Amino acid sequence: MSGKVYIAGMGIISAIGNNVEECLAALEQEDAGMAATITYLKTIHANEIPVAEVKLNNEELAQRAGWSSKISRTALLSIIAAKEALNDAAIENIEALRTGFISANTVGGIDKSENFYHSYFKENRIGDLHDIVNHECGAITELVADKLNIHSYVTTISTACSSSANSIMLAARLIKAGMLDIAVAGGVDALVKFTLNGFNTLLILDNQYCKPFDENRNGLNLGEGAAYIVMVSEKVASALKKELYGELKGYANANDAYHQTASSPDGKGSYLAMQGALDIANLKPGDIGYINLHGTGTFNNDLAEGTAIEKLFHPHYPKMSSTKSFTGHTLGASGAIEAVFSVLSIKHGFVFPNLRLQTPMKEFPFTVERKFLKEQNINNVLSNSFGFGGNCTSLIFSKV
Amino acid sequence: MKIYIRSASCISPQQTFESQLFSNDPEEYMANLLKVIDPDYKKIFDPKLLRRMSPIVRMGLATATGCLKEAGKVNVEAIVTGTAYGCMEDSETFLKKIVEQDEQMLSPTSFIQSTHNTVGAQIALFLKCHNYNNTFVHRGFSFEHALIDAILLLKENRAENVLAGSADEMTDFTFSVLKRFGLYKQSPVSNFGLYSSDTKGSICGQGAAFFLLCGECADDAYAQIDAVETLYKYASSQEINKWIDQFFMLHEITANDIDLVITGKNGDMRHDLLFTHFQQDVFKDNAVINYKHLCGEYPTSSSFALWLASNIIRRDKLPKCFEEVQGNKKDFRKILIYNNYQERLHSLILLSSPSK
Repeated sequence: MSGKVYIAGMGIISAIGNNVEECLAALEQEDAGMAATITYLKTIHANEIPVAEVKLNNEELAQRAGWSSKISRTALLSIIAAKEALNDAAIENIEALRTGFISANTVGGIDKSENFYHSYFKENRIGDLHDIVNHECGAITELVADKLNIHSYVTTISTACSSSANSIMLAARLIKAGMLDIAVAGGVDALVKFTLNGFNTLLILDNQYCKPFDENRNGLNLGEGAAYIVMVSEKVASALKKELYGELKGYANANDAYHQTASSPDGKGSYLAMQGALDIANLKPGDIGYINLHGTGTFNNDLAEGTAIEKLFHPHYPKMSSTKSFTGHTLGASGAIEAVFSVLSIKHGFVFPNLRLQTPMKEFPFTVERKFLKEQNINNVLSNSFGFGGNCTSLIFSKV
Repeated sequence: MKIYIRSASCISPQQTFESQLFSNDPEEYMANLLKVIDPDYKKIFDPKLLRRMSPIVRMGLATATGCLKEAGKVNVEAIVTGTAYGCMEDSETFLKKIVEQDEQMLSPTSFIQSTHNTVGAQIALFLKCHNYNNTFVHRGFSFEHALIDAILLLKENRAENVLAGSADEMTDFTFSVLKRFGLYKQSPVSNFGLYSSDTKGSICGQGAAFFLLCGECADDAYAQIDAVETLYKYASSQEINKWIDQFFMLHEITANDIDLVITGKNGDMRHDLLFTHFQQDVFKDNAVINYKHLCGEYPTSSSFALWLASNIIRRDKLPKCFEEVQGNKKDFRKILIYNNYQERLHSLILLSSPSK
């Protein structure tokens, strides 16, 4: 139960880019991924609700993935990011090592199930079984694991918006316990009618581009994407020829135990997750150089998260921002997408801007970062992911 | 470090919640979708609370709190849940309304309750438990992976008491769809005749079971968990043999040390060959029972098997329906559960009577 866990590879696809390089360029150019019109998902809300879609249709995704376009968009996004991560890590002789695929998503292949339900209930009372065969969350993971030829440990976590932060945390623990040498860990979610309409009924979608941590914030924008990091044991790391990106030093999972969908006013779960991650990493709040906020842009989340941050960090605040102002809220993918951004922050000394901030929240003495910052000396980044059901997870990425 | 099952609770198509299955005759079903036998929830939950609970939440929460009621006052340091299908009823309701109402005038209730972590979250909320909370949604491994996570937490010394369990429900609609995939038998059979029906498909089950696991409670434990292992692969019987041999070697046992083998044979003539092979080969000298005629086939059914196994060890006897296997046998100290889900997700759980 000891040893360190290193990050050897990364892969991502999101509304701001189809790989790590493109996403980093968009972050630097302050180029957000939202659009006023929904292009790829067929929905009656196409002109009402801004979202952050990956800018490729299923045929284009399939071409990149070398796969069938008939497969769920969730699986297509997942394989593209996972392959990039594995290629990036470039681990030789990987077949001889115990490799796990620890993925996460919140709605599996429901994009296809929506077709099934439509034809079943609107057309023929039959539906096409091909459309529902990969409905389950785990089915998507298995499709991708088989394509990657990974079988030592294959699992799926679903804890709403903290899902893929939990898959990264589990991967670290399995490596530390000596059960795995390598883990491809992260998560995915495609934009689907199920979640779009679900969040819409909850009245927490902003009809403009979201403004996390702004006094006049008005809700979140949904996004889609996938991200994975390749995590390796000390032994595997020592044999690698390439430079490591960083270390996953801290992680903690706590529960707000307040309400099924709302955060507690004092942000108890968020506080416990951040404090727990610092404890595991053996770091003090002052050691954190940048916080990649959960920062959805809903009234409730930002208030709870900010309150917890104030309690833990006052009066010395690290730089902070919500990159959901670029990618939208990618749900099951968000923890992993933001893990990639956190690792990029450490590697390059960057702090990413929190776009569209006009009026900082009046409740707090701190302000989130508005501009892209370079040449920052950042040794540790805290990444927050909080979700429905009170599931709160924080990760700490550190310089090697 | 040893891992103990301190208490166990199960809601299933049999009388398991109060363990009458051990003394009474089992329930017979003539339909291929087995429904759970609900306990009197009004005795467990406040009626106001109960009205807001979906069936899967009710059975998950009732079995989780059932464990705590039995164990007495304990501080739960983690809650780990497995569910392959998640909150099927609410997901279906919301999907159907999206279609029927053309994405308009939808109510949020079923969406809120549809997320896969709802059962785990509701347990945390009910217990006001701010600690570790995780949900595994990996098909036939959902329960096993929850168990492995729980055991890891105990071994990391991050927790002294962990609630680990599973919940899966089945609706008539999804049952009818899955039947078209050949998962279930086309014509009704009695669950008592499941293994002799000689047809394709199984019978469909559902249920919830939770376990309170701890590292320091040998004195009042049901059993200890010696090992949980999973194999992700379509494997030939030879490969499975090899895997079981390795398992035996790793845990320093032989087939002779095992007093009872519980297998996940499910009455599907295509899958039963593998189980029959083991029964006649690796476990030819062992007492073997199957459990899916009792609870039906579903991805987290191994939690039912674990409930059964831990109760057999604790009571040192088999349920009444296994009289033939019981014979003159007395000691049930070591039990091995072998299950596979669609011949691709294989798992082994080894249990023994608690020792310090």
